[in-house]
Formats: sequence, structure tokens, C-alpha cells
Amino acid sequence: MARSAALPIAIRQLTKSYGKLRVLDSVDLDIRSGEFLTLLGPSGSGKTTLLMMLAGFVRPDHGSMKFGDSEVVRLAPHKRGVGMVFQNYALFPHMDVAANIAFPLKLRGIGGDDAMRRVTQALELVKLGGYGARRIDQLSGGQRQRIALARAIVFEPRILLMDEPLSALDKQLREHMQIELRQLHERLGMTTVYVTHDQREALTMSDRIAVIDQGRIMQIAPPRELYERPANRFVAEFIGESTFVPVEVANGACRLDGMELKLAVPPAGSGRRLLMVRPERLEILGDGPADDVNVLPATVQATIYQGDSVLLHASIGGGTSIAIRGAASGRLPAAGDNLRLGLRPADAYLIDDGGSPT
Amino acid sequence: MTGAEPNAVGLRRDAFLERLALFGLGGPAVLLVFVTMVLPVGWLFWLSFLDDSGALSLEHYRRMIEQPSYGRTFRTTFEISVLTTAICVALGYPLAYVLSQLPRRAANLCMIAVMLPFWTSLLVRTYAWLVLLQRRGIVNTWGIKLGLWDEPLTLVNNLNGTLIGMVHIMLPFLVLPVYGSMRAIDRDFLKAAANLGAGPVRAFWQVFLPLSMPGLVAGIIIVFILCLGFYVTPAVLGGGKVTMVANRIATDIEVFFNWGAASALGVVLFALTIALLYVAARLVGLNRVLGGDDP
Repeated sequence: MARSAALPIAIRQLTKSYGKLRVLDSVDLDIRSGEFLTLLGPSGSGKTTLLMMLAGFVRPDHGSMKFGDSEVVRLAPHKRGVGMVFQNYALFPHMDVAANIAFPLKLRGIGGDDAMRRVTQALELVKLGGYGARRIDQLSGGQRQRIALARAIVFEPRILLMDEPLSALDKQLREHMQIELRQLHERLGMTTVYVTHDQREALTMSDRIAVIDQGRIMQIAPPRELYERPANRFVAEFIGESTFVPVEVANGACRLDGMELKLAVPPAGSGRRLLMVRPERLEILGDGPADDVNVLPATVQATIYQGDSVLLHASIGGGTSIAIRGAASGRLPAAGDNLRLGLRPADAYLIDDGGSPT
Repeated sequence: MTGAEPNAVGLRRDAFLERLALFGLGGPAVLLVFVTMVLPVGWLFWLSFLDDSGALSLEHYRRMIEQPSYGRTFRTTFEISVLTTAICVALGYPLAYVLSQLPRRAANLCMIAVMLPFWTSLLVRTYAWLVLLQRRGIVNTWGIKLGLWDEPLTLVNNLNGTLIGMVHIMLPFLVLPVYGSMRAIDRDFLKAAANLGAGPVRAFWQVFLPLSMPGLVAGIIIVFILCLGFYVTPAVLGGGKVTMVANRIATDIEVFFNWGAASALGVVLFALTIALLYVAARLVGLNRVLGGDDP
């Protein structure tokens, strides 16, 4: 299959309420042509509603939705020409694999050898060549997932929607499919909107991630920026692990329990802020000098061995409790040990207690 | 410990006792079916091959072939059954579809309405139709009052009356299984069909109808077979002009006291029904449709 021409998506003021519950609250979102964008959020955040609106299955109260230059918000689902992979795959049980994949072709008047060639290509693309004659109930979960994908891309849609397509697979297969989906996207190049509640999946696959909560987009950014520079406390807590340490900002300096912290960017304004500390970005220092990092004396409270790493709970000055993730080899710190923790200025990131970034 | 296979004997006995208990649960019903179905049917089968003097003969079957009135009876029976089934499908399938799309509470309420006729005896319902449909009945009075037609229609004591009565009685038998299989269709299948480019009409023919087929086939078979043996409705609403096999059997016994002839009719109807089902099964792949294990 050739790379298909992709389409950008422009969403403006998209709003949907069920009774008093506002599921989507005036959402604006631009998805670039050929981008892999993930809608990430807790359940009930509105991410699936937004995806279903793109497919045409949920009617918004008002708002605009454009694929390229054409307004689609009132267009019936079967006229939108977008591919979709459903959470439960929705493969037709009364058709075999080939008939499922040929279904969208048949509806577009493509039949005979041409359809057969495309079905074969799509099957090979998802690495299930030769499975055309199988019945759906003879397929494993992973195979169904691939067939659903083949069916969604066989008619070369310019936009592909995926609703938690990997959530029914076991962890190992899921991680394998994440890489494969990502590679497939690079090969086909269609604009892809992917819904998940799994942050690691979102970080692994996406060009950009839109974090949604209570019908609003909290932040939209590439994975690294989202992880290292979260726009607010919700994003910081939802993506990855973090502990928050209260600090005081005044005159361009930031103080933790009286000690001035080294930051990559001098803080503006003044008042109480929160220092976001990612457990794996803390370093357990030896006795030597450490001038280029912030040194936080800490006392270990608990040690949790987790195989690939060890998680420590420790208290620092002012009684604040933080988490540290370190290598699980060698001697592990025990409860009561005193440690020196190092935090590089680039990893010391302040957020407002209320929400917006500094 | 008993050597290499600890507890093997005890575990085998447990398994045996479990099977025995299971069989015991089914036993009474099997016995009942045997005593009330297999024995009498076998006896009738035997009777049909005896002539008036009690000797073995094919007399009853020969008469059926020779007398054209028997052929007419069978044709009427199958015509009425096919017509009733067809009308039930035409009325019941859309009804079941509407019910399956309603919220579950509303659907349950409507389902009670569909089932309501079951709470009244078949005989009462049939005589009620007689009252409604007769020349000076409510239907004709109102039809003329509202100017829908000028002369009283003959709605009863003929094929019309028989069909109206039978459709009314049979409809729930079609709606129930069809509704059940429609409810079981995941809405995502229809969403997927739409997403892949199928408009409502094509989504219905290519996805919804095939997926509701098990219920539809079950409903058609139930209605058709029940129709074949119908007695009361054609007797009351047909006004003696509609003779189905069951009515003929009744006449043979009540008027002519000819058990042999009646039995032969029963046997032929039974054999025709089985043959028809077999052909139908081969045509539509009944095993697969009705949920058999293998294709």
C-alpha cells in the first residue's frame, strides 16, 4: 500500500452535554496532516466522545469540525471516509477475514481482482498473509486486532481513528503492537487520532499528546515536553509518577526550607509554588562535592524492591515525603538511612499550586 | 497414599456419581416425553397401517392418493401456513426491530404488550375475533361508519378470518426469538458498517439482517410448524370452508370413527414437515444459523 495523502483536522468550540453533565467543553484542537495524535485522559474525561464525534457517531451540541477544508460536523458517518479501529474490533462474525476486509472496498464499487489484490496487500501489511479464509471466531485477540486494522486502512482513508485498540491484549503483545502501529503509521502517513488511558502507550507512540480532563484539553504537547514541562498539576500527576514539594519564590529565587534551589530558568513572580520531583530523576549522591546539582538531605522511610528498580520513600527538610526510584543492584538503602539526593537544575520544575505553569 | 496414583479410584467414582446425578435430573422429563409422545405416536403410526378388520394394509394411504380432496386439504394446510408465516414476518420483524432499538425499560413494557395475548386462552381469542369480524361486528360497523367501505366485508367464515386469527396468535412466537437475536447484536457492528461506508439501507441488508438471521429462522420454523397443526382457529373462523389437516383428522375421528385414516393423515403430515425442514436446513445451513458448533 502506498502512502496516502493525509488531511489535517481542525476542531473549534466543540461542545456536548448530556443533561447537566458537560462531556466536552468548547474544545479547540488542531491536528496536523499526517500527525499521530493521542487523546489521553482518565475514564469519563470526554476523549472517547471526541473520537466518536470525529467518526460521526455522536452529534455535538455545537461547534465546528473540518477535515482539510470541508466542514464535516453534520456529515453522516458513512460519508466521512475515515478509517476506524474499534475497541472490541467489531469484525463481522458472519463474514470471513477476507470478506471483512473487502467490505469497505465493495461499498466503494471496488470488486474482483482489484479488491482481492488490495485485501492481500492489507493482510500482508498486518503480517497475516494467508489468513483470508479464516472465520473471525478462529482468530486470537491479537489477530483480530490486526484484521480490524487491515479493514480500517484497506480503502486508504486519509484519517484513521483508533479507540483503545490495544486495551484487550496482554501486556507483552500490547507493547509489541505499539511499536508495530507506530511503524505502520510512519509507512502509511495518514492523520491518526488515537484514544487511550494508558500514559506509557501515549508516550511511546505519539507525535503529540492531548491530555483531556472533564471535557477540556489540559495540555497538548509532544511526549517529552508533556513529561518534563507539564502545564499544570493535573498533567504532572496524570503523566508519570511525581511528588510535589512546596517551595517559596521571591525576587527571582526559589527556596526550599530556607535553602536556595538552582533552577534552569529563574522563577518569575513570588509566593508559594510546587517543585515537581520525578522519582527517577533524583540521584543518590556519594560523599563527594556536588556543586552543579541541588542537594537534598533525606531520611529513608521505606524501601520497596520492584525487580527492575527500587522505590524509596524518604522525608526531606520540612517533613515533606518524596519518592526516589533507583537501581536495584548493590546494597539497597534501608529505613532510617540518611541520604544525599541530587536534583539537576534542568529537572527542577516549578508549577503553580493552583494550576497554570510558572 | 496408594502407590503411584493417589486417590485415582476415589476421583473416578466422584466423576461417575456426578454424571449419574446429572442423568437423574433429566430422567423424569425423558420418561414423560417417552410415555406421552413416543409411545402414542408410535401407536398411531402402527394404527395407520391397519384396515378396518385389523389386518395390515396400505388402504388409508391409497385412499389419500386416490381421493383429490386429501390433496386439497394438504395444499390448503401448507398455503395457510406459508401465508400466516409470511404475514407474521412482515409484521413481526419490523416490530422486533423497533423494540430492539428502544431503551431496555420501554422495550420490556412493550414486550409485555406483545405477550399479553398469551394470558388469554386461544379459544377465547378466536371467538373474540368471530365477534369482531362478523357482518355486523365492530370492524364492519366502524368501517362503514367511517366511510372506509360501503358494504359489510366478509371477514370471517373464510380464509380471511382464518388468516387474521392465526396471525394474531402466532405473532408473539415470531417476535420473541427475533427480538432476542436483535438485542444480542452489538451496536458497534452497525457503527463499523457505517464507518466503512455503508448507508443505513446497506448496513441493514449486509450486516443487521444476517446477524439477526438465527432468530428469524427460529421464529419462522416455530410459527410454520405450529401453523401446520392448527385446529381451533380454522374450525371457528373458517366457517367450515377452510379445511386443514387437523380439521380433517378431527372429522375422521368424530364423524367416521376411523382411527386408521386419522393416523395416516397424521403420519403423512409429520413426514412432510420433517422433509420440508430437512430441505430448508440444507438450503440455509440451519445448523450454522441455529448455533451449531461446526460449519
